[in-house]
Amino acid sequence: MLNAAQTAWNATSSVLRTIGMTFMHTFRKRDTILYPEQQPYLPPRYRGRIVLTRDPDGAERCVACNLCSVACPVDCISVVKTEDETGRWYPETFRINFSRCIYCGYCEEACPTYAIQLTPDFEMGEFDRQNMVYEKSDLLISGVGKRPGYNFYRVAGMAVGGKDKGEAVNEAEPVDVKTLLP
Amino acid sequence: MFGLSFDQLLDIALTAFETIAILLAVVIAAALLIWVERRLLGVWQDRYGPNRVGPFGILQVAADMIKIFFKEDWIPPFADKTVFVIAPAIIMFTTIMAFAVVPFTETIGVVDLNIGLLFILAMSSLGVYSVILAGWSSDNKYALLGGMRTAAQMISYEVFMGLSLLGVVLLAGSFDMRVIVESQAGMWNIIPQFPAFVIFLIAGCAEIHRAPFDLPEAEQELTAGYHTEYSGMKFGMFFVGEYLGIVLISCLITVLFFGGWLGPILPGFVWFALKAGFFVCFFVLLRAATVRPRYDQLMSFGWKILLPIALVNVAITGAVVVAMA
Repeated sequence: MLNAAQTAWNATSSVLRTIGMTFMHTFRKRDTILYPEQQPYLPPRYRGRIVLTRDPDGAERCVACNLCSVACPVDCISVVKTEDETGRWYPETFRINFSRCIYCGYCEEACPTYAIQLTPDFEMGEFDRQNMVYEKSDLLISGVGKRPGYNFYRVAGMAVGGKDKGEAVNEAEPVDVKTLLP
Repeated sequence: MFGLSFDQLLDIALTAFETIAILLAVVIAAALLIWVERRLLGVWQDRYGPNRVGPFGILQVAADMIKIFFKEDWIPPFADKTVFVIAPAIIMFTTIMAFAVVPFTETIGVVDLNIGLLFILAMSSLGVYSVILAGWSSDNKYALLGGMRTAAQMISYEVFMGLSLLGVVLLAGSFDMRVIVESQAGMWNIIPQFPAFVIFLIAGCAEIHRAPFDLPEAEQELTAGYHTEYSGMKFGMFFVGEYLGIVLISCLITVLFFGGWLGPILPGFVWFALKAGFFVCFFVLLRAATVRPRYDQLMSFGWKILLPIALVNVAITGAVVVAMA
């Protein structure tokens, strides 16, 4: 009998306490962010709209190696390569179909020159699907993005655009493999 | 006309007008509850709820209505068509009928039946048919399970609902709702009939199958219970019927335990609306706060706890009334 009374009291008080606690939420701060008026905080490494960045000298970073295109799980990137007179590779066209893009960031990981980067911007809605296809002119920005000061050709051991072998940063003189002398 | 005098005709016209006005007010209040409930649930879950359409999002009701009217009104080919169509109408009909005997103020109220309370209990009993027929005619396991649960739940909880009201009836000496309110001029029934109030609150909640007693629809187990197969405005009628039920139970609690329109300074209608509104909000709070009991827990709670309390309450009230007389 005493046990039953105890159980009844426990059950009743716990229900009443729950109701009280829920009611006290009236005075709590709202968790909702009223989106269009109030912008949410997006961390710097948020995976949003994809951009093509430039190196600190203002030249395009992309060397049209197609690694991003290969890495892309939904095949939304298409790149056509071209060369300038010094033998440096450029993308002739760089097209991302954002209606297929899943913002996984594999392209950014695959990129050897830090050219392709994902940015904290997601407001890309369009009424016409065709407008979701971004051309190179839409993707290319005039800044360095997340990698300030990085220039691929300054550290890479490739002879290009007036810079010869062995002239890159921290690069040793090329070894003459045709001779046995040290 | 029809051998009636001018006064009689005027009387009929006035009653008809009053009836239509009450009907509209009640249905509009029930529709607004869709918005009220969503806002209040939002408040108690640290959200805002719908706040975009119109001031404070109040036009959300209109948007929802437009949406639901333009939805495809689909009847499954395996359903029992006639019954399937009639079922949602029954719950609207019985709930609205029950409002006929609710006295809103000294003067407003469709009819003063001397069996008012019995009429309401009868109407809420008939409401069971809506849910059972819906569950049966859908020819769907979930719907049938929901319908069966409803049958058991509503029939058992009706017992305690009726018994808890006997105390009130004993104190007032009448089944007439208006007389019951007037008998509370000295002291609201909530004080002498507190156990009855608690039982009526719980049983009323179960009767309109609101959370925590929403076993007939139990989303997690039965998808949507008895209205799984319903869509469009037929679903909307179940939906509005449920809100009408909340309004009805809130009005009944106000009338039976909280002195109806009685109150100082403010006019009667305002008091009635305030009291009923408080209980409407309380029902939403119950939904926000409590968990759904298991089916067997629901049954044993009813028959083993509520029924004895209700019987003891009736016995003590009867003894006191006889002793005082």
